[in-house]
Amino acid sequence: MAAPRLFRPAARLLSSRLTSAPLRPQTACAPSILRFRGYATESGTKEVTVRDALNEALAEELESNKKTFILGEEVAQYNGAYKVTRGLLDRFGPKRVIDTPITEAGFCGLAVGAALAGLHPICEFMTFNFAMQAIDQIINSAAKTHYMSGGIQPCNITFRGPNGFAAGVAAQHSQDYSAWYGSIPGLKVVAPWSSEDAKGLLKAAIRDPNPVVVLENELLYGQAFPMSEAAQKDDFVLPIGKAKIERPGKDLTIVTLSRCVGQSLNAAAELKQKYGVDAEVINLRSVKPLDVETIVQSLKKTGRIMCVESGFPMFGVSSEILALSMEYGFDYLTAPAVRVTGAEVPTPYAVGLENMSFPQEDTIVSQAAKLLRL
Amino acid sequence: MQSLRSTRFLRSSQPLSKVPRRWSNSISQRPGSDRVRFPGAINSKFTTDMTFINPTEMSNIPTYRVMDSDGVLVDKSRKSIDVPKEEILTWYKNMLTVSVMDVIMFEAQRQGRLSFYMVSAGEEGISVGSAAALTPDDVVFAQYREAGVFQQRGFTLKDFMSQLFANRFDNSKGRNMPVHYGCNYPRTHTISSPLATQIPQASGAAYALKLQSLQNPDTPARIVACYFGEGAASEGDFHAGLNIAATRSCPVVFICRNNGYAISTPTLEQYRGDGIASRGVGYGIDTIRVDGNDIFAVYEAMREARRLALQDGGKPVLIEAMSYRVSHHSTSDDSFAYRARVEVEDWKRRDNPIIRLRKWLENEGHWSEDLERETRDKIRKEVLREFGEAEREKKPPLREAFEGVYDELTEEAEAQMKELKRILETYPEEYDLHQFQDGVNGLR
Repeated sequence: MAAPRLFRPAARLLSSRLTSAPLRPQTACAPSILRFRGYATESGTKEVTVRDALNEALAEELESNKKTFILGEEVAQYNGAYKVTRGLLDRFGPKRVIDTPITEAGFCGLAVGAALAGLHPICEFMTFNFAMQAIDQIINSAAKTHYMSGGIQPCNITFRGPNGFAAGVAAQHSQDYSAWYGSIPGLKVVAPWSSEDAKGLLKAAIRDPNPVVVLENELLYGQAFPMSEAAQKDDFVLPIGKAKIERPGKDLTIVTLSRCVGQSLNAAAELKQKYGVDAEVINLRSVKPLDVETIVQSLKKTGRIMCVESGFPMFGVSSEILALSMEYGFDYLTAPAVRVTGAEVPTPYAVGLENMSFPQEDTIVSQAAKLLRL
Repeated sequence: MQSLRSTRFLRSSQPLSKVPRRWSNSISQRPGSDRVRFPGAINSKFTTDMTFINPTEMSNIPTYRVMDSDGVLVDKSRKSIDVPKEEILTWYKNMLTVSVMDVIMFEAQRQGRLSFYMVSAGEEGISVGSAAALTPDDVVFAQYREAGVFQQRGFTLKDFMSQLFANRFDNSKGRNMPVHYGCNYPRTHTISSPLATQIPQASGAAYALKLQSLQNPDTPARIVACYFGEGAASEGDFHAGLNIAATRSCPVVFICRNNGYAISTPTLEQYRGDGIASRGVGYGIDTIRVDGNDIFAVYEAMREARRLALQDGGKPVLIEAMSYRVSHHSTSDDSFAYRARVEVEDWKRRDNPIIRLRKWLENEGHWSEDLERETRDKIRKEVLREFGEAEREKKPPLREAFEGVYDELTEEAEAQMKELKRILETYPEEYDLHQFQDGVNGLR
């Protein structure tokens, strides 16, 4: 039995750096990844937060497609629990931006029904942790009806909301559902990291005729990323099922998604600085369909693969990627593939424990160094 | 199968009358009858007048109150409050404690000293008043705005603070979110974040208590008290929970805190019927609506509800307690984005459970301005002292980082714990373990 990585090196738990900082940082991510993006200063690019990028995507799609509408708890009057839908009620009115009672099963079912009847709903969950109350609607109805009805009932619906790590909100608010939805035939699943990802993938999700689950991350909402001129236009759409090489390299392939992309980029920079190795970082963007080709091509180039994600260790996105690399790239692997994941524990509250239960940059670096025998 | 089940019931040495009888097999629609005898509705009169029931034309369920907002008993002819003065003073101090703690902890969250907090301003009367009618053996399922229930049932400031700061005295050992309190005794299930899941669970726990007293009639009768807000009552779990409690005759009292807001959603957008109470009626449950700012009304209703719940072998009761959520939903919310500050200030001043009981106490000559100042001051100091101590207190032993996922440690966790211990013992100079209880020995 593959031993799940329950805890990462204990030194983290005990390092004085952690213990001398009892206060929980209010902003959990430092935008240090920006320095790797060479084109940040090019003319025409603009710094945009993920929140604003999502908001822009929603506004553009509401504008261009009369069949779309947003519904969820707190999305209208309150501008969204995380302010992603800010200003949309004022702009599009209460028929297109709808507050619902606290019934995930109810409003999700309503959205699925509206989709089966031909509209293109965008269903916001306050977090995907709460979508558990409605998961039957998502999986048994949204994902399967097109197939079961013989193709006469398409379900053009977008489910979106924050997923995965958060700060200080413990087990029932911090789970990563990428693997859950990623395992369902009939669903498409995307997980944006940067602002461009957020805008391009959300727009693609809304336009896609299938049910698409958009797994955002709460800690990324306030983070600003440069957005190219092309991405600022209202026809900017990213293809679902296509990964992006965020950083090219020749020594190691790091496959990752969502917030872990930023962490992996920082780790890759540290690997370069400390050991002089070039890690290639692949931002999956799409969990389903999965861009196996990009992964395998990279793996053929580097000969080593590591997957970084925040889900639980077993039966997860990284398990899948490791299995695929073995199936399609076994002969090219020069070292056993490695995964860095969340710990096999319901996310604890205490900040020290919480840090240890999700991948951290130094874990990625140390695991990569081990893999590369540095 | 059906009959098998009922005979098993009969064998449990209980008198026949205690067993709910299943009528469905014995009823048939006789010709000439003026009433419905279908299995689904056994005593409904036929009518030739085709009228749809329009709920807006029906009068609303009344709200039970004992004293008005000036702290004066409304019904002059009723007997006086049959609770000793000392106990009422304890309630008052408990409400004050929760409210003082709320202000301090809300501020502490704003300073970044904890990640999250939820206050219960305006709802102290419901939680303290209802908990006062419970025994420590009664089982409580709370939501997350019932600090008063914990306070009234003997949770100490140290208990609260230890949980909030996740130190070694925290019952949840640093694993659970702030305000998700829980304790073994008095029987109180640990609070769970997803809304309304506690409602069907409460019915199940009540069913367990019922079976327990059937099998062992000498044990003291107990009920389950289940708390939730009017927003949570929109979740499917509410309906499932009430229906099964009614059909299985579970001794559970559901207490809905109807505080007007579910985060930003006002009740007008949450439901259209006559509050949550009307739903209890629909499920065939004894139901009452009370003025939640009137602690006597809440207490009396809860005491009676408890009695009813234990009658006839057990049955559910629903209490809808009306109040106004003076506070923000949580530290993640700024409610002035969706309601006027003046509306909140108005409620704060005009009517709230603490001021109302204070007026009553003053009218009765049990309380004064001086006592108020003194008491508030004392509570404030106590809260700050416990706050400081809890913040400085050691963290749970290191082994708690590995334990608890399963009943027993997994082999992997065991191995990792051993390895950690080996490292810590090999390089004692490298690691500062002073903040963990028992240092390296905390690893067993």
